[in-house]
Amino acid sequence: MARPSIPKPTARLLSGRLGPWWELFYRFGPPRWTTYMRHNWAGKRLVIAVPYLWLLLFFLGPFIIVFKISFSEVRLAMPPYAPLWQWVTEKAIDVHLNLGNYLFLLTDDLYVSSYLYSLKVAAISTVFCLLIAYPMAYAMARSSPATRNIYLMLIILPFWTSFLLRVYAWIGLLKNNGVINNVLLALGVIDEPITMMQTDFAVFIGIVYSYLPFMILPLYSNLEKHDFTLLEAAADLGAGPVTSFLRVTLPLSVPGIIAGSLLVFIPAVGEYVIPSLLGSSDQLMIGRVLSDEFFANRDWPVASAVAIAMLLLLMVPIMLFQHFQSRELAGAK
Amino acid sequence: MSLTLRVLLLSTVAALVASCGKKPAEPTAPAATEAAKPALDTDEEKVLNVYNWSDYVDPTVIPDFEKETGIKVNYDVFDSNEVLETKLLSGNTGYDVVVPSASFMERQIKAGVFMVLDQSKIPNLKDADPDITQRVALHDPGNEHSVNYMWGTSGVGYNVAKIKEAMPDAPVDSWSMFYDPAVVSKFKDCGVTLLDAPSEVVGTVLIYLGRDANSEKAEDLKAAEDVLMKIRPYIRYVNSSKYIDDLANGEICLALGWSGDVLQARDRANEAAKGIEIKYNIPKEGAIAFFDNFAIPKDAKHVKNAYLFINYMMRPDVAAKNSNYVNYASNNSAALPMIDDSVKNDVSIYPTAEVKGKIVPDLAESPEFTRQLTRSWTRFKTGK
Repeated sequence: MARPSIPKPTARLLSGRLGPWWELFYRFGPPRWTTYMRHNWAGKRLVIAVPYLWLLLFFLGPFIIVFKISFSEVRLAMPPYAPLWQWVTEKAIDVHLNLGNYLFLLTDDLYVSSYLYSLKVAAISTVFCLLIAYPMAYAMARSSPATRNIYLMLIILPFWTSFLLRVYAWIGLLKNNGVINNVLLALGVIDEPITMMQTDFAVFIGIVYSYLPFMILPLYSNLEKHDFTLLEAAADLGAGPVTSFLRVTLPLSVPGIIAGSLLVFIPAVGEYVIPSLLGSSDQLMIGRVLSDEFFANRDWPVASAVAIAMLLLLMVPIMLFQHFQSRELAGAK
Repeated sequence: MSLTLRVLLLSTVAALVASCGKKPAEPTAPAATEAAKPALDTDEEKVLNVYNWSDYVDPTVIPDFEKETGIKVNYDVFDSNEVLETKLLSGNTGYDVVVPSASFMERQIKAGVFMVLDQSKIPNLKDADPDITQRVALHDPGNEHSVNYMWGTSGVGYNVAKIKEAMPDAPVDSWSMFYDPAVVSKFKDCGVTLLDAPSEVVGTVLIYLGRDANSEKAEDLKAAEDVLMKIRPYIRYVNSSKYIDDLANGEICLALGWSGDVLQARDRANEAAKGIEIKYNIPKEGAIAFFDNFAIPKDAKHVKNAYLFINYMMRPDVAAKNSNYVNYASNNSAALPMIDDSVKNDVSIYPTAEVKGKIVPDLAESPEFTRQLTRSWTRFKTGK
């Protein structure tokens, strides 16, 4: 099949084909909002205004506050940072922009190494989520509509309990005299309890468990739409189950895989609660570093700079994905 | 529909009439029944917003205060000084009384968070323990901004049976339990934890090394870090609250913990009756004390009620009730006779004069040193 070859995202980024920098802004919006606006110029403006207003209030507003603090300097007062500008006279304004907080992040390898470690944890968790979620989503998609709904219910049901409680439940399962160790001891499988709490293993369990639904649901909604007669056609043409999976189902489910992976990967990078409850203190994720800056060092400006740097670094994969996806959609038409 | 509405309207009108009719009589009512008592100097709005540590008051005390004064208390709790500090520094907390620990309060006073107290409005201050008052004055010069509530120490909390099993002659009254690799390595398998409180833990290492616990010298910090790095492999985790449960149910056997928290673990272990015995010791080399104090934020809206509350908490019988409940030493000398023997004769709560002489405060650090300390602490926690 002759399809126009799409250059790799990285190649496009390097050649400047990602577009001018201001594309950054509308890439944040809902997908294809420009198309939306063109087609529904008058009537649906109001509908679009609601989510935008929401984002403006609860995303852009706090973001600007944090961004502002990141250029400030720490001081012992209420609030604990210096104001960015002061009116010297009625018309003159004295603005202090302190870039030192960002430079400071580069002087100590703590920030870079914990960021890289967060990426690693998030990537590994995403892979495990994918490996577990794919068969589950596939089985759901292939089952009868009635059972499908039951499965969906079962996936969503845990959300009815607090996330924090579910993580605490894992503590009860994993600890030295917890459920798992006690059962294994009683069965005589082990003589000494296995230390599972405060290990990387516990963190991965926690993250994979908590984010699994976010992988299953997009995969399911993708797989459910597949035309299964394609598989019959593949079988008629002599493909075995493995070949038809690898060459038909898997390529068609790529959008679901990407959507699910991002939904798991992005929040996992900034994860704070799971590692601090289940993990050991010797591996630092960026969320922990951020809270230390804020609470232990009481340095709100540096904490804000860490937050902004993290956001900017997370934007790169999101943008690449969006670009990749819009090309894919354009290619499919 | 319209009928029920009318009934509703009627009943509200009736209620209004009733309350109007009642009003003029009100001022005379309390005067008649409690003629002996002077009128309470409360705020117009009979509300008080209190922000205290979790599990830090006898459950009957707040309802009693409400009954006695007619002030409705909104009682919120926190579990770390950092959370309280963040709220205070952001301003407009809405709280009228807060209970920071002295080393944090010292900084908050400098940041201008608290008002200067009018001591004449807290007559029960006459019973305050002069020694404790003096110690708190190191943080709050002249005790202008605060009234001490309770105080305690950080020391050795341990599971008696498990420590004995791992090391029969363990030095349970010494910091070498934690800071001597030859000793602490024996407890690795049964579980050792430290508080996640850099300045306190580093302070105790410096006490162990025979140096000044509040030193800001780079060489002292380096020396403390070296000690901590050597014991890092034997520490299961560093956390300031998890150890209470874990000590109580035998998940860990040795914790550098706060006195009241370890004693709480002891009580929980006794309640569970699984034969776990927990003890707390103040190390013989000396220890670091913390002082939790009442203070009123400058932007408090119910200042008069706040004074009444602080004064109430300083009443000997109330102070004794609280100490009996939370296992911390009260600042109130007059309360001592009413405090249970099990509390006041426990040298880990009310230390002997000799031990008391070796207890030092944890003074607030300069911002520059805080950063170095936190960085050093992070290196320790990550083991790199």
